[in-house]
Amino acid sequence: MQLISSGSLMILSGLVFLIFSAITLLGALVATFSKRLIRNASGLALSFVGMAGLYYYLYSPFLALMQIVIYVGAICIMIMFTMMLAEPRGNNGFTPMGTVLTVLALVGCSLMAIGLIFLVGTYSWPVTPQNASFATMKDIGRDILNRHGLVFELISGVLLIAIIGAILIARAGRKKV
Amino acid sequence: MTVWNLSSFLQPYLILAVLLFVIGFFGILYHRTIIGMLISGELILAGASLNLVAFSRFQSPNPVTGQVFTLFIMGLAAAEASIVLALIITIYRNYKSVNASTLNELKG
Repeated sequence: MQLISSGSLMILSGLVFLIFSAITLLGALVATFSKRLIRNASGLALSFVGMAGLYYYLYSPFLALMQIVIYVGAICIMIMFTMMLAEPRGNNGFTPMGTVLTVLALVGCSLMAIGLIFLVGTYSWPVTPQNASFATMKDIGRDILNRHGLVFELISGVLLIAIIGAILIARAGRKKV
Repeated sequence: MTVWNLSSFLQPYLILAVLLFVIGFFGILYHRTIIGMLISGELILAGASLNLVAFSRFQSPNPVTGQVFTLFIMGLAAAEASIVLALIITIYRNYKSVNASTLNELKG
């Protein structure tokens, strides 16, 4: 028994894709144009949630999971913690540059966006046969530890050094208690 | 290509990635605080990640590679963010401000 026809299922899927795209863009706009730092960080979290949805449409559910865990769960929370430690008042966090400079930057960035979107639209992307199999978590783990083993080890070293460095930098200049 | 099956084409993802990159680039110019610049930098990295995954889904014979590289980008972004936030805490302790324009002691 089929409850939903495949046509309406496709329309539903397209609708959810459009909603995720809109969430991503809306979050990015809030992260850029809002005047309060805490709203900027919240917009960043919203944008990352939308991107996790887009990763589902790109057949990579593991990446969607990691996007939520690492970006939304770790980085955004860390940014908000830093705001609480560094800008407790939160009212002098935003002093934008002058109007002329803002308009100039807006014009430059719009030109860049228009040019890049024009390139994307006019270039004839080669159509490759879609492989029906998509990468499972097992494939990703095997690929990381076989083909990209050296990169994996290097990144774990970088993370270790970054943790030690962050502790050292944040402790410097603190009075002994 | 209709509006309902956009998710099975390459171009919508590329356009989204372009918009994320450009918004992040403008944010770096627009924000005057170091925290705002860090947030905009994360948006740029997100655009690059979306590009990598989209190309590996639609153009590559091996669908794993783009995902693995995006995982690496996530690890490096976490390391970068932790260092920058530690720097921000130290800067705030010394200057009582997170505005980028107050850090001008080396200005000639």
